[in-house]
Amino acid sequence: MLHNLSIGELAERLNSRELSSVELTRHYLARIERFGATLNAMITLTAERALADAAQADLRLKGGERGPLLGIPLIHKDIFCTDGVRTSCGSRMLDNFIAPYDATVVTRLKEAGVVMLGKANMDEFAMGSSNETSYYGPVKNPWNTRKVPGGSSGGSAAAAAARLAPLATGTDTGGSIRQPAALTGITGIKPTYGRVSRYGMIAFASSLDQAGVFARSVADAVPALQVMAGFDPRDSTSVDAPVPDYAAALGKPLKGLKIGILREFFEGLEARNAALIHDALNVYKDLGAQTVEISLPHLPASVPTYYVVAPAECSSNLSRFDGVRYGYRCEQPKDLLDLYKRSRGEGFGAEVKRRIMTGTYVLSAGYFDAYYLKAQKVRRLITDEFRTAFTQVDLLIGPTTPTPAFDLGAKVDDPVTMYLNDIYTIGANLAGLPALSLPCGFLDGLPMGLQLMGPHFSEDRLLCAGHAYQLATDWHKRAPEGYE
Amino acid sequence: MADWEVVIGLEIHAQLATKSKIFSGAATAYGAPPNSQANLVDLAYPGVLPVLNAAAVRMAVKFGLAVGAKVAQRSVFARKNYFYPDLPKGYQISQYELPIVARGTLQIVLDDGAVKTVGITRAHLEEDAGKSLHEGLANASGIDLNRAGTPLLEIVSEPDMRSAKEAVAYMKKVHTLVRYLEICDGNMQEGSFRCDANVSVRPKGREKFGTRAEIKNLNSFRFVEKAIQYEAARQIELIEGGGVVVQETRLYDSDKHETRSMRSKEEANDYRYFPDPDLLPVEIDQSFIESVRATLPELPDEKAARFAKDFALSPYDAGVLSASRELGAYFEATVANLGAAHAKLAANWVMGEVSSALNRDNLDIGDSRVSPPELSALLTRIVDETISGKIAKEVFEKMWLERKSADAIIEASGLKQITDSSAIEGVIDAVMAANPKQLADYRSGKDKLFGFFVGQVMKATGGKANPAQLNELLKAKLGG
Repeated sequence: MLHNLSIGELAERLNSRELSSVELTRHYLARIERFGATLNAMITLTAERALADAAQADLRLKGGERGPLLGIPLIHKDIFCTDGVRTSCGSRMLDNFIAPYDATVVTRLKEAGVVMLGKANMDEFAMGSSNETSYYGPVKNPWNTRKVPGGSSGGSAAAAAARLAPLATGTDTGGSIRQPAALTGITGIKPTYGRVSRYGMIAFASSLDQAGVFARSVADAVPALQVMAGFDPRDSTSVDAPVPDYAAALGKPLKGLKIGILREFFEGLEARNAALIHDALNVYKDLGAQTVEISLPHLPASVPTYYVVAPAECSSNLSRFDGVRYGYRCEQPKDLLDLYKRSRGEGFGAEVKRRIMTGTYVLSAGYFDAYYLKAQKVRRLITDEFRTAFTQVDLLIGPTTPTPAFDLGAKVDDPVTMYLNDIYTIGANLAGLPALSLPCGFLDGLPMGLQLMGPHFSEDRLLCAGHAYQLATDWHKRAPEGYE
Repeated sequence: MADWEVVIGLEIHAQLATKSKIFSGAATAYGAPPNSQANLVDLAYPGVLPVLNAAAVRMAVKFGLAVGAKVAQRSVFARKNYFYPDLPKGYQISQYELPIVARGTLQIVLDDGAVKTVGITRAHLEEDAGKSLHEGLANASGIDLNRAGTPLLEIVSEPDMRSAKEAVAYMKKVHTLVRYLEICDGNMQEGSFRCDANVSVRPKGREKFGTRAEIKNLNSFRFVEKAIQYEAARQIELIEGGGVVVQETRLYDSDKHETRSMRSKEEANDYRYFPDPDLLPVEIDQSFIESVRATLPELPDEKAARFAKDFALSPYDAGVLSASRELGAYFEATVANLGAAHAKLAANWVMGEVSSALNRDNLDIGDSRVSPPELSALLTRIVDETISGKIAKEVFEKMWLERKSADAIIEASGLKQITDSSAIEGVIDAVMAANPKQLADYRSGKDKLFGFFVGQVMKATGGKANPAQLNELLKAKLGG
């Protein structure tokens, strides 16, 4: 079936004109039609536009143009602005918002010839770990529809896992790509902070947000990442450094690679989960890698640090949603204050409000030093510890999540437990490091993820190690029942 | 009043003369139709990001160097959070803990000629807000975001001023400087140059400052003076009446010349400043600073000192003539033709006739209807005694109105001075003959009548007799 082919195989057929982009696009649109309602993975479908773009890609192919993504369908997380298409960010606040421009990520992928099928469901403003905070309702995990798919990029992950698209974009502020990738059994990469432009990506926490990609394998993710990466003059925090040829990096041997086992990630980890990671380590040892135990003493402070920094930034970033220029506006405001209060009160959901309030509090006069400033200091310590670790090892390894996908509704009333789901992923965001989640086995019939982290701008190394693992294993080839 | 001392510090907002905004590519020109110069970044659309305009940084550094301040190698943009419809992001990007310029000084000349140094605490970059429009809209307010994102340099002084006049002198000095540096057009009507004044009073001799009030948004020198005078008097009256000054923000009403409370300290916003994560710290190295230093023009104080020294002008004259680059250039061009020996004459004319004609016709020095070469041609005729200073003023008026050369006017109107002694003597003889009684009175000791005879001769010659010669010849003749 077409939806089980890799990106490389699809590109080959498109380039040889054995398959047209329109046919491929129709195939995926049909799958979305068939499974979309069950999974609730999509917020907006852009079928008509997708077919037009596919026809355009076919013309380019017919004209002799070739490319690894030319004519390949993709789903964008609904956090990326897409010109002329609703960009809701999973919120009632932007339910009526038609973006007037394309995010840089969208532009670059469009230029490479990808065909956007639609916009994926997500936690509201990317705040959540289960995709249950979306104004459009929760996304279901294709492995078990009573389970969450993870968040905040839950729609993208569920769609890629259910083969509703071969590729999906996501964003990762505290684990929002890696955690749902792990919980849905696919590959997800969060690049180095500054590697991919944030322009046009609706901000949650600016110093942590980074765009990345979901695919069924590392090899499938490579061409998309290659196109997305690179300096953007419209994002001052994007880094003007050359982008290596990621495809070329895939074949490098792992012999001599030093992998650090993060002690803090294994303390208190469920034995069955730890066993999966050790199995993966054995795979790497067989491939010639060495392993070293590494400790980052401040890493356990990641979660509280993150839950000060991220809300602080979000409380300010979300101030622009005031009902004045775009987005939700309350009915019949009495005066300016009423307009602000009711537009924001009615437009934002509970989790977003919780974080705005937390963030406003930690930035307030009298509390700033004790919270925000302290958190920044701890963040610096964690970053320094990672830097030191990477003078000793090439990569760090650990689990992506503490548990497999949990039941829908299980943690919605307990934010702290929910936040602890990000315990292994947040460190990379605080330090701005690239990280990758790979399927590494199953617990209770649900997929689990292996996390690799590297030093800044080591995406090539991470992809190489991830690819080598996938050549030696077949966890990433498993499809949820009914979606094969 | 004599027992009280007024303490004033100013926060001046100078709009930087960049072509585009500080964090977006939109144009900054004044007076465009509402919202025609606001792009997605200015409108704070979801997903957009700020990118710092290097020209604004360059201008801030230029100012820092001109006031002898420390230019920070690393400065940080921070967000100042508050809700207002003309602030689309819900925060203003400003600089808080680490400004780009710190610790400079400016010197002002007081009324008694003494020079006073005013400290500049800091100068930082920030973006302006938009404007709310309330007129002509029924049950609604309009928002014009053309000004949103315009770069501002906020220049914060130490509380070093001790009178409204000193505050005005300082503000004028900054105004002169920013125009010299070509970093601000100084247009106060359009709001390109405005200030907030922090005013407090304390008993003379006491060290501790009184509680201050901040008067917002003063956009003329006169308003600054009036507002401070009113506010100081208000505070003194309040204290003398047994009251206490509360820390608050006040607004100046320019119609009633009074200040009114806007909000108290308790009502003030908690701005929740924190470093803007969308912008990297501004890193400035020495070579950048040197490249900016190389573009510094001769500064007002340097020019004034040079004028005083090279042209033997009083500090006052030198100060007036260096108040703008254009005026200084006009004066120097005039002297260049006339010769430095006659610089005082040129100075008097530029500050006198030329300036009053410009004021009368509401023109800038650059639009003067008499150019420096034309003026120096006129002054040459005074120097070579072709005409008197008095006649020269008439000639100047004609030059201004008719745009003809001095020589052409002197020739056509027959204004050439009479320097022929025999001709003057002839007129003196006729005047003496026609006024026998006055002559007799003079000779019997009424010296005051000398002036009468000068007047009569001048009247008969149409004012053209050379005054020095006339004096001398008349004295001899009247003496018999």
